[in-house]
Amino acid sequence: MKKLRNIFVLVLLVALVLPIIASSGEAKAQDPVELRITWYDDGIEGTVLRDLLDRFEAENPDIKVVIDTVPYAAGIQENLPVQLEAGEGPDIARVTNLGGLSQYYLDLRPYLSDPAYWEENFGPYLAWLRPEGDTEGIYGIQNQLTITGPYINRTLFEQAGVEVPSDTSDEVTWEQWAEAARQVAEAVGPGVTAMAMDRSGHRFAGPAVSLGATFFDEEGYPALLEDEGFRQMAELFVGWNQDGTMLYDVWAGATGYAAPNEEFANAQVVFYMSGSWQVPQFANTIGDAFTWEVVPNPCGPGGCTGMPGGAATVAINTTEHPEEVARVMEYLASEEVLREFHARTLFVPAHIGIASTGVEFETDLDVAKAALEMWTAQVPKIQPLAFDLQAYRYNSVLFNAIRDRLTQAITGELSLDDAIARIQEDIDEQLAEAQN
Amino acid sequence: MMEANRPRSIGEWISAIRHGAEALLIGIYSGLMIALEIIINPIQRWVGFRRMAYLFLLPNMAIFGIFVIFPMLLNFYYSMTSGVALFPEDRTFVGTDNYEILADCDDFTDPNSCDEDFFWRAVYNTIVFVFFQVGGMVIMALITALVLNREIVGRGFFRSVYFYPVLLSPVVVGLIWRWILQRYGVVNGVLAQIDPKYEADPVLFLLKGDWPTFWVIMISIWAQMGFFTLILLAGLQSIPGVLYEAGSIDGASPWQSFRFITLPLLMPTMFVVLVLALIRAVQVFDQVFVLTGGGPGTSTKYMVQYIYETGMRNQIPRRGLAAAASMVLGSVLFIFTFIQLWLGRKSESV
Repeated sequence: MKKLRNIFVLVLLVALVLPIIASSGEAKAQDPVELRITWYDDGIEGTVLRDLLDRFEAENPDIKVVIDTVPYAAGIQENLPVQLEAGEGPDIARVTNLGGLSQYYLDLRPYLSDPAYWEENFGPYLAWLRPEGDTEGIYGIQNQLTITGPYINRTLFEQAGVEVPSDTSDEVTWEQWAEAARQVAEAVGPGVTAMAMDRSGHRFAGPAVSLGATFFDEEGYPALLEDEGFRQMAELFVGWNQDGTMLYDVWAGATGYAAPNEEFANAQVVFYMSGSWQVPQFANTIGDAFTWEVVPNPCGPGGCTGMPGGAATVAINTTEHPEEVARVMEYLASEEVLREFHARTLFVPAHIGIASTGVEFETDLDVAKAALEMWTAQVPKIQPLAFDLQAYRYNSVLFNAIRDRLTQAITGELSLDDAIARIQEDIDEQLAEAQN
Repeated sequence: MMEANRPRSIGEWISAIRHGAEALLIGIYSGLMIALEIIINPIQRWVGFRRMAYLFLLPNMAIFGIFVIFPMLLNFYYSMTSGVALFPEDRTFVGTDNYEILADCDDFTDPNSCDEDFFWRAVYNTIVFVFFQVGGMVIMALITALVLNREIVGRGFFRSVYFYPVLLSPVVVGLIWRWILQRYGVVNGVLAQIDPKYEADPVLFLLKGDWPTFWVIMISIWAQMGFFTLILLAGLQSIPGVLYEAGSIDGASPWQSFRFITLPLLMPTMFVVLVLALIRAVQVFDQVFVLTGGGPGTSTKYMVQYIYETGMRNQIPRRGLAAAASMVLGSVLFIFTFIQLWLGRKSESV
């Protein structure tokens, strides 16, 4: 019995120790450095990125790049900040809260072979990624420039026999668009709503700036209580939601971000306020099923502006492989690779060299090409305040408070005055929290 | 001799394999027991026979401590802090400030007069939800259990049908009903077929008036009722049939049998169902979040959604405030759980 016991103990020990020896042997083998990118997709950009990285890996066998594709809202907006705060972030990430996460970015400048190339080609956008007070850091690639603005369903205008306002005027107001869209919706019959807007304070901000909103006081602190332009746009917007001009479901019937892009693609919306990132998706989902197009941003005393924005691919400062990360970023930022990325994804380029020479977008759809040209033409019309608002580190605090409180005004839980007062309180409280 | 021992038929092969498998299992079992003896014997000599029970409880208590007690204590500490830092040591201690913010109201009946109006809207919404959902569900579950306790045709089938929604994920339930009830959903499609006016003017079940609250409660009852029906059914079946026979001999009507036999004997089970349903109702979140997103406005935003959004969703998350709100919610749940345990012990002693 004792002999049997000794044999069993020996077997047990071998069974326990063997996997440890085996795993340590594996660790000693020369594996490539694995880098992880946290990514989200609006369209086909994940597939394009994978293609590009496959080529990179073939030329650089010492680096393997894994793309972790996550949902935008839950993955990028909610989980990524917590991961970064906990020091458990990826090596590289695609972000839209450009300045808000800047404390977690890795300054690539010491690792780049040619920082001047980055300054020359991404100059104005590098500042969006920098923490307060930093004027030198290079933190990532602005590989998607977006502009907010409206799409229309021209086919519905034609069916209704209503003239598209921007065909005859360069400066159409929001009220004129609303009136025209209402006429179309009434003429084409049930199931079509005049207007819709993404459920986002960022989307609301462009129209508000056009109507003369100032957003900040003289010290640069967000101040909306006395902002007449903001109030005017808020009043129009709440009224349109309440009287059925706007698709009520989007703002009243959701939490967080919501986009009625499917309703527009299903020809249920005449005029849709969204942004340039929808082009690739509409090229796929709508194609030439009806004539859709981008029209210039409506005008007001503050101009005819949309909001700039976009997504950047940034390096994260907790990476254990900064040099390898910089090599991947240099590859993705190189003009040839980036040009292909924009051509295939149909994203408007921020890269100055590429923007100045133009991109041959890979689409056979004339409507998509025309839409991209129209977005490019919108860039010079963006007001300086819109750029300031986009560069403001805590802009999401403003945008989210605007979104949530205007929703309450739409549903009647708050009067417009109370909603604006609550927006200011929410901003004050959150900014105070950030100071602790 | 070897030839003679070899199995000759399929039956003998199966039997031989079975014996072999049994021998293998016995071998493994014996080996494990020996290994266990090698480990346990010295420990038992060291801690003593009587204390061995605590040692066996230790792994479970460790898991409970790490995943329940420690987070609760951490959450309590968080509720006393402020700032955006994630790690407790980096956060600013503010004492009871977060609780004071939550309680700062000029008029507790009007959320608009409160500093943290979203919290109070969530509190009132949760109270309304709990009252109607729990009340409605207990009544519906009782009626269903009474019907399914009778000798009806297809009783087994109906028991399965009522229990089936319990097996669905709350997210799936929310999505299915959203497709059914939304502007261009199934119900409005059917209504439009019946009367074309609904094509132009569909009923906004999830957006207008009291419809959203009504549907949130109804769907929640539909999704959970089967579970409570099953508990009540077990309670009904434990009532001795002789009592009904005795009642029948005394001339009791069906209503009198229910009133004076079924209801009193079912009451302990009813209390358990009530408390369990209350606990679940207070925790409502995922299903409603998918169905209405808490809207329209905040009319179906409940406590857990408030905590989630305050602590997780904002660019500057107010984790301290969210932790304080979750302590309030935890206290309510603690009271309900305590009542449930007390009732459970009371019924055991009876």
